[in-house]
This record gives sequence, C-alpha cells and structure tokens, in this order.
Amino acid sequence: MSKCLETMFNEILFKNPVISASGTFGFGREYEAFYDLEKLGGLCTKGLTLEPKAGNKGIRLWETPAGLMNSIGLENPGIDAFIKNEWPHLKDVNTVTIINVGGKDEESYLKAIEKLNAVDAQLIELNISCPNVKAGGMAYGIKATTAGDITKKVVELSKHPVMVKLSPNGDAISEIALACEIAGAKGISLINTLQGMAIDYKKKSAVFNNLYAGLSGPAVKPIALRMTHQVCQAVTIPVMAMGGISTWEDALEFIMAGATCIQMGTMNFNNPMAPVEMIEGLEIYCQKEGLSNISEIRGII
Amino acid sequence: MAIIQSNDCLIPLIYKMSVDFTGAVLPGQFFMLRAWDKDPLLSRPISVHDYETGQLTFLYQVVGKGTEILSRLKPGDNVEIQGPYGNGFPEVSEDLCVVGGGIGVAPLHYLVKKYKEKNPQGTCRVYLGFRENSYGVEAFESMADEVILDIGGIITNRLKVNPGEVVMTCGPEMLMAAVANMVPPENKVYVSMEAHMACGIGACLGCTCETKSGNKKVCKDGPVFLREEVFYE
Repeated sequence: MSKCLETMFNEILFKNPVISASGTFGFGREYEAFYDLEKLGGLCTKGLTLEPKAGNKGIRLWETPAGLMNSIGLENPGIDAFIKNEWPHLKDVNTVTIINVGGKDEESYLKAIEKLNAVDAQLIELNISCPNVKAGGMAYGIKATTAGDITKKVVELSKHPVMVKLSPNGDAISEIALACEIAGAKGISLINTLQGMAIDYKKKSAVFNNLYAGLSGPAVKPIALRMTHQVCQAVTIPVMAMGGISTWEDALEFIMAGATCIQMGTMNFNNPMAPVEMIEGLEIYCQKEGLSNISEIRGII
Repeated sequence: MAIIQSNDCLIPLIYKMSVDFTGAVLPGQFFMLRAWDKDPLLSRPISVHDYETGQLTFLYQVVGKGTEILSRLKPGDNVEIQGPYGNGFPEVSEDLCVVGGGIGVAPLHYLVKKYKEKNPQGTCRVYLGFRENSYGVEAFESMADEVILDIGGIITNRLKVNPGEVVMTCGPEMLMAAVANMVPPENKVYVSMEAHMACGIGACLGCTCETKSGNKKVCKDGPVFLREEVFYE
C-alpha cells in the first residue's frame, strides 16, 4: 500500500484519514464480518460513560430524506465493562483507537477519564455534544466558556491526547473550537448530530420520547462542510470532520475545506463497506492527480 | 447483490419476491434489502418467507418508500441483500402451534416447512389472522395439520393451545402480547419482535428491546425471544 494517504493528526500517525465514527460502529466487532479493521485509519468507540447506561426508551430511529434521526441516548456498558470486555480485543487491532467519552456532570467526565488512564489508547474523543441525553452531553458543548472549562480539566487529568467533539447546535462553532484549543485540546472533531424533531401525524404524537433527536446522514453534509471550514479557519490544531460524508468525493471536499481526517458515521449503516471503498477511492485519486500525499490538497479552499 | 427471479403482487400492497441465493438460512432470520442509493438511507429488514437451494423468497408489505421501490422491481433486476441476520426460531421436536397476524405470517411459512421436514410425525397447527384479505394461506394448508383462519376478527379469541405444544408467533405486538398472556405457563412461547433498524448487525443500538435481563438487540440477540424475556410485566 502506498503512503499517499498517511496522515499526521497532531502527533498521531494514521495510515489513512478515514475513521469510523462513534455510535455507528459499536466496538468494531460487528464490522469484522465485512473487512479487516486494520484497513481503517482509525476507529472510534461507541460513546462511553462512567456507569453503564441503558439509553432512551421508545423509538430510537427515524428516517428522513437522505438522513437519519436517532435518539439512542448513549446506551453503553460503562467504562469498567469496556476495559474488561472490549479493550483486550480492540487494543490488538492495528489501527488508531479513539475512545469516545461522555458524561452527565463534571465529576462523571473526570472519573471516566481517570479510569481510562489505565489503557493505552491513542486518542480520547471528548463528547460534549450528544443531543440525546438529559444531563450533561450537549449542555457542555453549546457555550465556549463551559466547553473550554471541561476541556481544560479533562486535558489536565488525561494521559491521552484529547480531541473535543463539537455540537452544531450551540454558539458559533469556531468560537467553541477556539476555546477548546486554548484549553489544551489536541484536536477538534465535528459535527455531532443536528438537533431535529419528528412528529407522527397519524398518531398525533412526537416520534421520540425526548421530543428532539439528532439528525445525521447525507442530508446534513453541506452544514457540516461549512462548519468544518469555519473551524479550520479558526484553530491551529487538526480537525477531524464528519457529517454526512459518504463517498471518497465527499471526503475530498472536507479535506479541501481543511480537515486533516474524516469520520464516516451513518453511512456505515447504508453500506458497511463504505469506509473501505472510500480509502480505495482516495488512493486512486492521489495517483491520478499525482499527489505524493493527500495533505497537498488540504485546506486549499 | 442478488438477481430477482420474480416479484409478484398477491393482493394490493402485499408482494412476494424471490431472488437467487444459496446459503444457510434459518426460519425467523431476516435479510437487509436495498435497491437504491442514499434515499431512503437505510436498507429494509425483511424476514425469510421461504428458502430452497438457489432461491430465497420474501413476503413483504409496502409501507413506505423503501418497500415501494422494492415492489417496482422486475425479474432480472438486482437487489442488494445482506444476511441472513438474527437468531431465528429454535428447532423443536414437540408439537408446534404457530400464530401469525397480518404480514407477520411471512416468516412462519419457512418455519412450518422446516418443522415438518424435521418432524414428519409431529403435529403442526397454524392460526392466521388478517384484517381484510388473506394471503399465502394455501401454502400453510398443504403443510400443516390444521389451519385456523380468521379475517376481520381477533385470531387470539379462537386460540386453544394443546398441552405439550410449543407456540411460536409473529405479528403486531398486541397480538403477540395477547398470545403471551393467554397461553398457559407450561407451554413454551417464542415471539418474533419487530423494531426500526439501521444496521441490522448490532452496531447502532437503534432496535434495542427491553427484556427481563436488560437491553437486547432485536437484530442480533433476536428477533426471536422467549415470551418471559419480553412480556414480563
């Protein structure tokens, strides 16, 4: 395999810039039936919280034109069960492992981060942007001050580099990103889902028990691209972009907008092979364009 | 990718599609079907109606955009199929009582067929309930020892389970709850659950179902569960 897709994200070397996004990929096991996970640049775990979480009741998924709304509510086995049952398997996969961490308050974020110091992952993705939990989650991520605050505390405590996953649902996203950079974040990932709503007119009721839910998929791509561009203009730390990215052409657009890596999320459900097809497409593109490395077109817009 | 052999309308909105496929398939399992790009975004989970070497058959109802596109496909067209997924109904040697409602009858055909193959001496009784028009009933009549058909009424009002029978049911949740409720505790009851699904393989946690032993994934831990796992209250 050529090195044209090798990408440095801060001080972490990715064999390619394609990463599977948190919440769409479990802990990787389900996709091993489709391809060798080592083909991926990296994989991002399902969002973990200190304690196990059962997630939301009622309908959790709702399709929209070229999009998907979800209200999973961070269902996960908790950090201890992750370290015991999933990490021994994940740590041997030869790809960059990113652990996504959520929380309901400062204490639960910090305790989770502390526990994760026991494992050797390459990167923490700090989730301050989940729209589907009542406490914590997005509440930290919609203001620059609170986002900067929690990031600073997490960065001080974590032995891992920290990338902050931002919400598109708050204040100007470039200001929030800048606050995270100042607080010591080594990277930014964006966008988490856009908050939306669905009503079932036949039942005369809201679809989701929580009323609002997160929208993802190709429908949100233009917004994600715009926000990626804005954040890349505002910060000097690398950006991992996501939001409706489904093909290698989409990935190129985000890289041209300034993203260092991209995450593929909802499209994993549409086509489990999509990340592998994307990597192949990017490689062929580099060859055809005569690029020695994909970074040559990064941020040209 | 599979090639479509036939795709026929049985009654309005109910279609039967056969595709080229060879592989190990259990009754109660399902496949993820798609014949479109990104809109709709997701594949459609459709249960196995019948299978023999080289031919996999689905019986499905048009309920939205995805199934509407499926219904327009013609013999020779391609359809993406992923699977089989899910645990399927367990193999049993006791007498079998099957209860299906509406499009929930779809997976029961292959179930009864496999049961009769494995247990030629076993008794299989089938209850089928439909709201307006029935479909697929003749096939059950040729395989089962008894078929009780109800159109427009409540099939569970007629349900009488014999001692020693294992009950397997698929249909609207209300029907399955009624079956779970009325069958004596001595008889085992298996229910096939339905849920919105995105991935079909256990990654998205969209189809979670609450059970006595915590959250389960309908797509991977199910869709078939023991009655006491899901109807425990």
